[in-house]
Amino acid sequence: MSHEDLYVDHDNAQWAFGTGFTDPLHGVDQRVPDGIDAGDLAACCLALGDDALVSAQRLAEWCTRAPELEEELALANIGLDLLGQARLLYARTGRADGTGRGEDAYAYFRDPDGFRNLRLAELPGGDFAFTITRLLVLSVWRLAVFEELTSAPDPVLAAIAAKSVKELSYHCHYAAVWTVRLGDGTPESRDRLRTALSDVAPWLGEPLTDQTAAGLGAESAVVADRTLRHLADVVVRAGFDPSEVLPLGPASAPAIPGSGRDGDRTEHLAPLLTELQSIARAHPQAQW
Amino acid sequence: MNTPTVTPSGPQGPEATFEDTIARDQRVEPRDWMPDGYRTTLIRQIAQHAHSEIIGMQPEGEWITRAPSLRRKAILFAKVQDEAGHGLYLYSAAETLGADRTDMTARLIDGRQKYSSIFNYPTETFADVGVIGWFVDGAAICNQVPLCRTSYGPYGRAMVRVCKEESFHQRQGYELLLTMMGGTDEQREMVQDAVNRWWWPSLMMFGPPDADSPNSARSMAWKIKRHSNDELRQRFVDMTVPQAQKLGVTLPDPGLRWNEERGHHDFGAPDWDELKRVVSGDGPCNAERIARRRAAHEEGAWVREAASAHASKRATRVREGAAA
Amino acid sequence: MSGTDRTSAGGPVRIRDEWPLYEVFVRGKRGLNHVHVGSLRAPDDAMALVHARDLYTRRNEGVSVWAVRSDSIAASTLAEKDPFFAPSGDKVYRHPTFYDIPDDVPHI
Repeated sequence: MSHEDLYVDHDNAQWAFGTGFTDPLHGVDQRVPDGIDAGDLAACCLALGDDALVSAQRLAEWCTRAPELEEELALANIGLDLLGQARLLYARTGRADGTGRGEDAYAYFRDPDGFRNLRLAELPGGDFAFTITRLLVLSVWRLAVFEELTSAPDPVLAAIAAKSVKELSYHCHYAAVWTVRLGDGTPESRDRLRTALSDVAPWLGEPLTDQTAAGLGAESAVVADRTLRHLADVVVRAGFDPSEVLPLGPASAPAIPGSGRDGDRTEHLAPLLTELQSIARAHPQAQW
Repeated sequence: MNTPTVTPSGPQGPEATFEDTIARDQRVEPRDWMPDGYRTTLIRQIAQHAHSEIIGMQPEGEWITRAPSLRRKAILFAKVQDEAGHGLYLYSAAETLGADRTDMTARLIDGRQKYSSIFNYPTETFADVGVIGWFVDGAAICNQVPLCRTSYGPYGRAMVRVCKEESFHQRQGYELLLTMMGGTDEQREMVQDAVNRWWWPSLMMFGPPDADSPNSARSMAWKIKRHSNDELRQRFVDMTVPQAQKLGVTLPDPGLRWNEERGHHDFGAPDWDELKRVVSGDGPCNAERIARRRAAHEEGAWVREAASAHASKRATRVREGAAA
Repeated sequence: MSGTDRTSAGGPVRIRDEWPLYEVFVRGKRGLNHVHVGSLRAPDDAMALVHARDLYTRRNEGVSVWAVRSDSIAASTLAEKDPFFAPSGDKVYRHPTFYDIPDDVPHI
């Protein structure tokens, strides 16, 4: 009856232990290399970490509410991937900013005005069409950023990027498969998708002009171009004209003033963080 | 009692083959002939089991967004996700018997099929996450390890996979409690409070006493069940008592003591009237749990329909393209 | 129930939001056959593969998955001994040995 009994499979030799529980940072030198602006590195890791944490929190809100059980599994997998990325990026932030703070210091003990995520990530969950559309946009953009960061001058960030690219490729695939199905499904699903696309569009300028990772090798123009081409491809397959539903460049995106990267927030981040941080802050001396 | 026996009559009919398979401890597989009672008993049990996994996501799922560290958040998220997976493995096993998942879901949200009574209790603090892992997953393992050898092949195979994953669930719960017991006084009080609230409902998870469990004997004769409710409950108590001592918590049963003669712990009887009330729909959270499941199912209908519509349109396009 | 479309009494029941059943086969690692691991529901082949990955391989890189509509499988009528399925590697915290429990805690 002990768990060991479960693992000694006397009559089921085809069962095996899993392998490959590899640390993505195994063997990577943790020191910040000379010649890198540690402040830039910290700011980049913090912003990309915040995007991931806030997105994971929104995905976690779907738990027990997904439209089908298979979708529970998928949304949770994506949420877990993003949570994993956030943890690695926060750990790197603590090293780069010289404070040595751990992941939880960033997640639980900063106020909303200290967060640097894209505002699109913090908008409330909405329906499945909105969740898929936002996931598509953020995954496609993030994939383009991390593809560039695989050759970042900081080896830790490059290793995090290499791990993330694999995960994000799947997130893009999942979101694209669903976008196409909603676009070509029923009149209702098509309407909902159209609404979601128009709800997301005003916030696209922020990632498309983001300079956060530019100093580490992810040129903003390269990222924006690849993001838009990828998005256009999916939108066409979903039966929409990209010029109608997507801004075709940073210039044509309807401008919502400010930027999450500069600490501008919508009213939706504070309640999200209140929930996320509630227990940790109620018991500051506790161990978990 | 209606005990199936191997009938030694004439040429082997399907019934004799079935009973011989059971007698020889072989597995019954989906395309084999089986008695209607065997099939319906299995469908009911597997469906209840699957529903329990799915409803069981709710009490803990509420804490994912509030987990007090990112490590605990990842662990809990993965655990609750596993439960969705376990539900699917089990629905999959039930579907091999001709049951249909949509129909089983309809029966769950209409109150025609049951799920484990334990998930009708509320989770009040984060310590409940740990205690659920320790008690509820521990009790589930007691129940489920023998089911790996159940006579119906797909059910047994689903259980093997579920058991392997649930031992991680139990350990993460116990580890959380160990960590909390090493924390502040307030945390130790939270753990003891959660233990007090979950102990008796956990004992009820094994079902009513054997004397009040009329269908058990037939399930055991068919080797669907391998141990009685009371045997499994005893096993759980014997397993948990030393773990509670290591943890430094008190199990809330003044009658709990080691019985040298029996080689087991004696323990008090749970409030069986409470179990009856909770099972019949009058527990603290029954309505809330079903309402959530119903809302997810109904609000998701347009998404499922959209995907079906796309699939059928595309199939038509492919056919017309091929004909052109 | 929303999303259902039941035809007149006595006729076949068609439920529009119900996805067809797929059987899933996973190659646990190179050198092994694909083995049957169970089933799932999906609206079409592409989604079946997505779901199969999420449900039955939970992200062990390098596995190969087949998904086939259950009603497309031709099966013998003989009693079959289905292969068991292989477990997936996963995030380390899914692995029981990840948890640091003192050696003297029994049965866990």
